Amino acid sequence: MDFKPCVNIRKEWDIVGARQLGREQAKEVGFGTVDQARIATAISELARNIYLYAGKGKICFEVINEFDHKGLKISAIDQGPGIRDLNQVMQDGYSTSGGLGAGLPGVKRLMDHFEITTEVDEGTQIHTIKWLR
Amino acid sequence: MRIPILKLHNYLLISIQIDLDDQTAIQFQEDLLNKIHKSGATGVVIDLTSVDIIDSFIAKVLGDVVSMSDLMGARVVLTGIQPAVAMTLIDLGIHLQNVTTALDLEQGLIKLRQELEA
Repeated sequence: MDFKPCVNIRKEWDIVGARQLGREQAKEVGFGTVDQARIATAISELARNIYLYAGKGKICFEVINEFDHKGLKISAIDQGPGIRDLNQVMQDGYSTSGGLGAGLPGVKRLMDHFEITTEVDEGTQIHTIKWLR
Repeated sequence: MRIPILKLHNYLLISIQIDLDDQTAIQFQEDLLNKIHKSGATGVVIDLTSVDIIDSFIAKVLGDVVSMSDLMGARVVLTGIQPAVAMTLIDLGIHLQNVTTALDLEQGLIKLRQELEA
């Protein structure tokens, strides 16, 4: 495991900051342009969710270097209101904010690994990984 | 930040060359509709050649601006969507089905002319 920088998400512009840093990290790890776009887009969705629903939180990056594969782990952590109905949120087209409802199910498709833990009034943690092929 | 909107005869041309944040995208939506209203433009090309990420929010803003312009009587063509952006949008489940697209600015103008003269 390498260093683990985080970007705080407090204002709207931080969404752009987080995805730009994510793209740089993805490039460094060796991802091609398509996967760079996938990773940056996933970060954008995760950061926007934090900004919209939790108000503040952070996006963290971690380069994973295992003996046979390498990847980039993106974590989205907030102490917001949590998600009451996780099944609903993971459905395509579900949105409470007037968006396209592509957010979390979209992130799951963009990345290779996706896990979410959420507790009402405690917050939400999402960990995703993209493996380098 | 404001995105410049250029007028060419009865067309409006926009080339988005920055990493779009939400506020800039919303501002652009409003600016474009006002410009259509003021100029009486009948066709709009939004070129996305330099855009390397479109997330669900930006996609919604773009899709909406196409529908809004349509309501006002102006056709919009999106051009230059990069391969990586197209792949990412489909992964996200966003198909932008009612949106006219073209490979580049030139093809976009040809398509607009065809649609407006049809």
